[in-house]
Amino acid sequence: MIELDQVGYSYGGGELLTDLTLQLAAGSFHFLTGPSGAGKTTLLKLCYGALIPTAGQVRLFGQDVRSMDRDAIALARRRVGVVHQDCQFLDHLPLAENVALPLSVSGGWSSGQMGNLNELLAWVGLTGRATALPPELSGGERQRAALARAVIMSPEVVLADEPTGNVDWEMSQRLLRLLVELNRMGKTILIATHDLALIRAAKAQVSARVLRISNRRLQMAGADL
Amino acid sequence: MSLGSLRALARGDAAADRVVPPTGFTARLTLFASAAMCFLAVFALALSLAAGRLASSWGDELARSSTLRISAPSGEQAAQTAAALRLLEQTPGVARARALTEAEQQALLEPWFGPDLPLANLPVPQLIEIVEDATGYDAAGLRLRLQAEVPGAVLDDHTRWRRPLVAAASGLRLLGWVSILLIAGTVGAMVTLAANAALAANAQVIAVLRLVGATDAYIARAFVRRFTLRALTGAAAGVALGVVAVLLMPGAGSTAGFLTGLTFVGWHWIFPLLVPPLAAAVAFAATAAAARRVLGGLS
Repeated sequence: MIELDQVGYSYGGGELLTDLTLQLAAGSFHFLTGPSGAGKTTLLKLCYGALIPTAGQVRLFGQDVRSMDRDAIALARRRVGVVHQDCQFLDHLPLAENVALPLSVSGGWSSGQMGNLNELLAWVGLTGRATALPPELSGGERQRAALARAVIMSPEVVLADEPTGNVDWEMSQRLLRLLVELNRMGKTILIATHDLALIRAAKAQVSARVLRISNRRLQMAGADL
Repeated sequence: MSLGSLRALARGDAAADRVVPPTGFTARLTLFASAAMCFLAVFALALSLAAGRLASSWGDELARSSTLRISAPSGEQAAQTAAALRLLEQTPGVARARALTEAEQQALLEPWFGPDLPLANLPVPQLIEIVEDATGYDAAGLRLRLQAEVPGAVLDDHTRWRRPLVAAASGLRLLGWVSILLIAGTVGAMVTLAANAALAANAQVIAVLRLVGATDAYIARAFVRRFTLRALTGAAAGVALGVVAVLLMPGAGSTAGFLTGLTFVGWHWIFPLLVPPLAAAVAFAATAAAARRVLGGLS
């Protein structure tokens, strides 16, 4: 699916990540942890082609991102659902249109899919919020809407960057259950989080591999996780 | 401008049209610039076409006519006029020649001396109008023969004053077309500025669209269609106002001059109708280029 082979990333003369090797196999569940500023978001961006590595190789579905033009990366992104840290919605569009955006940009949206969209909104518990604008949503609603948008194309991989960062414990458990459910449907999941309690809760439900970024390098997390 | 992109532009995509938030400032700027430029384009077209008509009128009609002036003592004027007409009849390249009547000569002088000019009592030269055939006559040879046979005759083949007028009219025509090119360039520049502003203001929207897998072509289309339609709407309004203004210009009468002929004639009416689609094409190309440049520069 997504492979990082001895990847390094430097920015502004400083090396942010070095010698990262990671394989996200089909159906796997990974957590990525580490302190704030360790490079979790950077690694996620490398995984969906938003950043190009300065060393090593990132392969998206078998293709080296360096050999892909912007359109090829855009097409690859349709196979990767991303839950961004700050959700990233178009504030002038109602929630339903934001969730359906990946379908719209890929030319796959039709009014006949309204039923599927409503089902998806029900799955994330946002029935009745379809016409709300993003600024009208609570933190939890925004995170669930971002998850719905990430999975509407039925992607093979879901990357989530601090999906529970702005929500309470109950809501984070609810989001986790949705991500576990997706993994049971065969999706590959990578969650970047510094919430160790969330990781422990997840490991009770699913076989997850926990990786930690430390000193710019990727390591397997300790037994405490 | 590929056929596919034109088709997509014409077909439209309601969802794509909505992904870019409406921006009042750039919308108004594009509409106004397009309307103003196309209003001016109508006048530039009218100027160019009127100058073209004038240039061909002076070039073709006046080139085939000339004037012979007989200035002789009153006792000899009739005889010299008759001799000149005989000579002209025998001159190859002269289709016809006739002496202007007293009434015609009076009409020519009327703008300067008024209607009550006692022409018969004045030593006014007799004018002979010469019309050439398709081959034309040898002006130098005719002058030599006139010098020998009609000493009071002076041949004016209009060349001296016709050439600068034709050159001026042709220059005006060229100026009109150059103005139209400049107007098209200005529309392109204004749309480019507005599109750049809109693209910069919507960097976050572009980031979101890329996050969900939008190609550059999709993102560009959302902006290009919007600016093209705005330019088309503005241009249609500008052309409509321009045509009304041209129609309100004084009509060409018997004293048809350059300014009174500033209108569209016959099939030339098709030219103002072409302005809105051309403005839209300029806007399409300008926005597409701006979008390509800005999207290429964004990571």
